[in-house]
Amino acid sequence: MKKFHHIGKEMPRPESRDKALGKAHYLHDIERPGMLYGKIRFSDHPHARIKHIDISKAERLPGVKAVITAQNTPEIRIGFLRDNFALKPDKVRQYRDEIAGVAAIDPDIAAEAVELIDVAYEPLPGVFGPEDAMKEGAPLVHETDPQGRPRTGNLLALRFHHASGDPEAGRRAAAFVVEGEFSTPRIQQSCMGTAGCIAEFDGNHNLTIRTKTQIPFLAQRDFNRALSDMGLRGKNTRVIVPTLGGAFGSGLDTHAYEYIAILLAFRTGQPVKILYTRDEEFAYLSPRQSCRIRISQGCDRTGRLTFRHVDVLQDNGAYTSWGATYPSVMMMPATSLYRVPSVYFDAKLVYTNNTYCQAMRGYGNPELNWALENNMDELAEAAGIDPYDFRRINCNEPGETTPMGLRISTCGLKECLESVAGKLDWKNQRKKGKRRGVGMASLIHVGGGGRIYRSDGSGMILKLDDFGNVNVYHGGVEMGQGLHSVLTLAVAEALGVRPEKVYINPVDTGTCPWDVGTHASRGAFMACHGAILAANKLRDQIFAFAGELFPREIEKNIKKLQKKDPDFKPPDFDVREAAKPERFELRDGILFLKDAPAEPWLQLELGRLLRSIHFRNQGQMLTTEAFYDPPNELPDFEKGYGNMSATYAYGTQGAEVEVDTETGEVKILQMVAAHDVGKVLNPPALKGQIYGALAQGVGYALYEEVLSQEGRIMNPNFRDYKIPRFHEMGFPIELDFIETNDAFGPFGAKGVGEPGLVPTAPAISNAIYNAIGVRIRDLPITPEKILAALKNK
Amino acid sequence: MKRDVSFVLNGLEVTVAVDGHDRLIDVLRGPLGHIGTKEGCGEGECGACTVLIDGLAVNACLYPAMEVEGKQVATIEGLRDEENRLSVLQQAFVDRGAIQCGFCTPGMIMSAKALLDANPVPTEEEIRDALLGNLCRCTGYVQIIEAVKEAAIRLKDGS
Repeated sequence: MKKFHHIGKEMPRPESRDKALGKAHYLHDIERPGMLYGKIRFSDHPHARIKHIDISKAERLPGVKAVITAQNTPEIRIGFLRDNFALKPDKVRQYRDEIAGVAAIDPDIAAEAVELIDVAYEPLPGVFGPEDAMKEGAPLVHETDPQGRPRTGNLLALRFHHASGDPEAGRRAAAFVVEGEFSTPRIQQSCMGTAGCIAEFDGNHNLTIRTKTQIPFLAQRDFNRALSDMGLRGKNTRVIVPTLGGAFGSGLDTHAYEYIAILLAFRTGQPVKILYTRDEEFAYLSPRQSCRIRISQGCDRTGRLTFRHVDVLQDNGAYTSWGATYPSVMMMPATSLYRVPSVYFDAKLVYTNNTYCQAMRGYGNPELNWALENNMDELAEAAGIDPYDFRRINCNEPGETTPMGLRISTCGLKECLESVAGKLDWKNQRKKGKRRGVGMASLIHVGGGGRIYRSDGSGMILKLDDFGNVNVYHGGVEMGQGLHSVLTLAVAEALGVRPEKVYINPVDTGTCPWDVGTHASRGAFMACHGAILAANKLRDQIFAFAGELFPREIEKNIKKLQKKDPDFKPPDFDVREAAKPERFELRDGILFLKDAPAEPWLQLELGRLLRSIHFRNQGQMLTTEAFYDPPNELPDFEKGYGNMSATYAYGTQGAEVEVDTETGEVKILQMVAAHDVGKVLNPPALKGQIYGALAQGVGYALYEEVLSQEGRIMNPNFRDYKIPRFHEMGFPIELDFIETNDAFGPFGAKGVGEPGLVPTAPAISNAIYNAIGVRIRDLPITPEKILAALKNK
Repeated sequence: MKRDVSFVLNGLEVTVAVDGHDRLIDVLRGPLGHIGTKEGCGEGECGACTVLIDGLAVNACLYPAMEVEGKQVATIEGLRDEENRLSVLQQAFVDRGAIQCGFCTPGMIMSAKALLDANPVPTEEEIRDALLGNLCRCTGYVQIIEAVKEAAIRLKDGS
């Protein structure tokens, strides 16, 4: 195996000192000269026609600089289906709907002004569940499609479908079949730093926007289109990403508040900041999609799966974000987690008058996994096989091509299963009973990019200066996940410099090369590949120059030494002869010849070589760029086929729980998380990713749900929306990283940003079943549901 | 109607004109420019704005600025030394990977400081209790607990 000098070493995150000192600048901390504060007036109804909007009182409030509505601004449509509007022209379809925007000299005045806007509505009947929305004669959330053609129902036109193998034969071959229906709630990303942006125009009508985004370059495209809608055709947007207080998928779309800030900034000619308060974040930032999943699976007498059938119904809410494409990811576990010869998968998405939903970490995988891994345990029980053995019998293997056409390069699933079983003392603990139990669940996820767009590419620019520093320009977004620590190590490793000499510049579409976005666990995977490509180019350039300049510099060294010590005699080594590009090596910022004696005077500090390249006639500065587009395919989602990722990450999590049958309370006693990560790049950052994702999985399993009544969100605060605190996480978590050294992975690594929360909920659910013999099919698993289930047992 | 309020901020006496409805966090982040104190919810639920008042951890988003008169206030900016070196506690957070997005970090560190000042060798349970009011969405808290333990050991060893 290749020996690494920096990869795999413990290194503190480069940005963490500023964060520990309180010096990191989030949107909350940034002010621009002359900046105004924007505020949004949201809808008072979940479904209504807008009869009239009176902004006159708001406009007259001293300190108010602009009040905008759909009536006094150009129409801007948003979302990839173009079914949403920055400001709603004639109808509201959810409580989140933006009716007006205000810019004022301070936030209090802006807040007062939005209350002064009078809106007259004609309420319409609403639909708040996907089944109701599909009924004959249900109120239409959208009467027309974005092209203006009349719609007849609330079903979205998006289609996600897969059918493989012979389902009839699969059913015939099955000795045991288990069917079940499972559901998952909407949950809030709950970033500690709330959402917002600052928009401003220069004198040429070009826009600069500092915003919370994971897709700076797709956002640039979206905003440029909005500029065009505003009559500013051909004008450009510069997207700058400040320090982010978390994102977890909430930055995967552009949002109405960004367009409202842009409209207000253009109207006033001043920078405008819109920053959500916490209750706005809960009520008016789109949560994770909720869905119902019907699943049935069968296996033969030996426990081999013979077929799998999955139907998904997803509540899209009132508009369409990228989150509507969760089924594109659901297909992956549906077709490819464990070996199944025949799979049917179909997903339907339905408009409702609930708040529209968007992406969150895992992107459909935790949802599907919740149904699949519960059902695996049920089928194992029906077949009389231990659930661990059942999973091993059906375990994926390296080299297989799955029914969806996923090409599995490396697969550490077997090792992950064994690790969890071993650490939980599985066979003994399973039998214990007495309100204590253990359970496990596994996952597959994209680990080598995820092509859901026409490019899955990512650029990298490395710029060297006179001092041997490397300035990195990359479009991947650090939102807390540790991208910068891994990128620093990758550049140090691939180029041959000290990590302290690597400087990562802020993401700015004006300076950084294109990147599709920081999603699909692709950040580290793409950044490291880009770093390797760009560093290799730079090394070629450095070594080519060294062939010419290195001997001269070494002669200077010798002269200097001889000046100090007249007796100094260099050994018999012909530097000029040796100085061929292919014979150089660069490590930790020191250039040397691989076969030369390890003498300090025969080595050259990189900065000195760079200065000798720069400061001469026809001098040069070294900067390279690279663009990496992984070897994966954009699947045909209507056929459900295509190798969407260059490699796949696997993992298994296990839980030991104790259930109080009097109160219904679940106490997690321990969890084990074994993940096939390809290669550990930076241990503390990797641990943080898995611990943190697992905690979100615990919240998903036991506590979190965005509650709504007729579309209104009832728990818009941390009092009533409970994310795990220190006490809920007061159990030991044992991690195990399986290194499969994937040939497609940079340094062998796979993406790991999302996997940590994917199997957590079913692992806990399976443990609860083992403890008390009841299975809750509807997340979260609250004490009330457990008590009710115990009563009905 | 503004009124002058004087207090000691990170060891230095300050006087600032305060409105009746101003919260301590408004004054710290606004006229005093101490942006290290973060506002995560404005309702005392997340702890991102934790500062120390006379040594006790307090949510600056709930604390009326008028009431700080004559008191000792410590914020994250006060932990580093004159040469911008991190305090032992801050360094432990950096070293143990306890920081991800970092938005909760200043509040988390201030709560941990209040604990370690009062109880230099806390048990894990005492750490959990002391930090219960501080929410973090990124870390799962594991490395934060490790950092506080590590800081306690380093402070005890005087390193």
